[in-house]
Amino acid sequence: MTDLIKHSAAALAAKLAAKEVSAVEVTQAHLDRIAAVDGDAEHGVHAFLHVNTEQALAVAAEVDGRRARGGSDAADLHELAGVPIAVKDLIVTIGQPTTAGSKILQGWHSPYDATVVKKLRAARMPILGKTNLDEFAMGSSTEHSAYGPTRNPWDLDRIPGGSGGGSAAAVAAFEAPLALGTDTGGSIRQPGAVTGTVGVKPTYGGVSRYGAIAMASSLDQIGPVSRTVLDSALLHELIGGHDPYDSTSLTDPSTGLVAAARIGNVKGLRIGVVQELGGEGYQAGVLARFNESLDLLRDAGAQIVEVSCPNFVYALGAYYLIMPSEASSNLAKFDGVRFGLRTLPADGAMTIERVMASTRAAGFGDEVKRRIILGTYALSAGYYDAYYGSAQKVRTLIQRDFDAAFAHADVLISPTAPTTAFKLGEKLDNPLAMYLNDVATIPANMAGVPGLSLPGGLADEDGLPIGIQLLAPAREDARLYRVGAVLEELLEERWGGPILNMAPELVATQIMEAK
Amino acid sequence: MAAINRDDVAHLAQLAHIEMSADELDRMAGELAVIVDSVKSVSEVAGADIPATSHPIPLTNVLREDVVGHVLTAGQALSGAPDAQGGRFRVPAILEED
Repeated sequence: MTDLIKHSAAALAAKLAAKEVSAVEVTQAHLDRIAAVDGDAEHGVHAFLHVNTEQALAVAAEVDGRRARGGSDAADLHELAGVPIAVKDLIVTIGQPTTAGSKILQGWHSPYDATVVKKLRAARMPILGKTNLDEFAMGSSTEHSAYGPTRNPWDLDRIPGGSGGGSAAAVAAFEAPLALGTDTGGSIRQPGAVTGTVGVKPTYGGVSRYGAIAMASSLDQIGPVSRTVLDSALLHELIGGHDPYDSTSLTDPSTGLVAAARIGNVKGLRIGVVQELGGEGYQAGVLARFNESLDLLRDAGAQIVEVSCPNFVYALGAYYLIMPSEASSNLAKFDGVRFGLRTLPADGAMTIERVMASTRAAGFGDEVKRRIILGTYALSAGYYDAYYGSAQKVRTLIQRDFDAAFAHADVLISPTAPTTAFKLGEKLDNPLAMYLNDVATIPANMAGVPGLSLPGGLADEDGLPIGIQLLAPAREDARLYRVGAVLEELLEERWGGPILNMAPELVATQIMEAK
Repeated sequence: MAAINRDDVAHLAQLAHIEMSADELDRMAGELAVIVDSVKSVSEVAGADIPATSHPIPLTNVLREDVVGHVLTAGQALSGAPDAQGGRFRVPAILEED
């Protein structure tokens, strides 16, 4: 049973189709793993905020029933039918609570499913539960969750990245073969980097955002989280495609990604090293592993070129104006009237304005308040042009940098994050230091281009995973899978297997003893 | 660009409908001053001749047929409300007078 949790989603799908294992066995193995290692707010990985045992097993049993009946019942099943998945708790689901990692939504149940969740259900993928995140996806460490942090399976004293630390840790800890994440400034890719897993931010509009609780609507994107590049491609094809319920959804079909992951060569591809995403501020072990990946790609026949994106240095600043501006507007809906918490003021008049202010004071955590205030500031009369307006211009400059870079390269490459996983608590009192984690991932969100992070090895100084980021032009997500799968194969040859084979074994007893 | 001070934060908190204690205002003002300072470079690089981008991949006139699609029932829409009565959201007093 232990072996089942170590398989990739593609391998599980093949075993299920061949009836070597049942979907109930596979789902139960993952539920057992969650019970053994996930722990709670104080102990263990704490990747899950809610475990969906009954529903997951019921879906698995249905898949097994259809396979047993054979005929069209079995033939019509999606390739991933019976492969379990975890869903970031920012994405709404009928029948399970959705908290967004916030007290303001504690106990709230959505009356509708997100489009991506509908697609998981249609494919008969058992949903194992909802994963932890920084409150409303605001953070890079999962420490801003109102329900306690997620811990990195490589070292339970360290952060799993954020905001989607729960989804990345769940996959890294073999609690789920697949997960859904959301990426506004790196929330899929940076957790992938620090947990030794794969995460993809699709082209903006490539995957419907309907049912993802919005932080910054022009930056947010749902995407796949997995342990292999091929697994992300399989999930990406399932969740992608046009959705009339999201007016920013692209009409492009979601195809060709799995095929791209199976091409198996990078001969003649031009891979551009972004000069501005490296060097100062990047940990030595991150850069060493990054350079080795460049050598591997060069040896495999890719042409490595240098590209310059001079305006990327302004991306972080512009992001911290645009994102809070949009967040302050999106979070206005949490008003103590329509859903979630209502807190009454301690004394004085019980007017709606005072109830609202009291509710939002009690329901939002510090980081959420900081971003709402910052966004309100950036959008206020007299400051709008200098802040929000300027940031939108920088966005144009970043897009032009990408256009120029992609004239010389088919794919761009950089480290995903400047450092490996830091200790829990280390950057909690310094918001600016926390924001710097996303310096390499933010440009993609600003321009709407797709990005993939895959494991690049372990840093010499701390033995922790580092991430390699690939970026492609908008709508060219397939290129990420082609290059990512080749690099993954070359690296795994060198390591003698998947990177997670090098991770310390998580055993239930250790977790109970851990503080 | 102007620096952000404690009075600004108090005003913004009021606009954003977030009650804040004196301690919270002090702390938030200090933190926001650092953040605002760090984003100053953005206005320095943004020349007048550069167009603004509001949306990474612009789409225009995204319309659909004017027919009723998937809608929530009143019961579903009210299911997560802290207070409801007679098929409607129930809100505290709008005005301070009784």
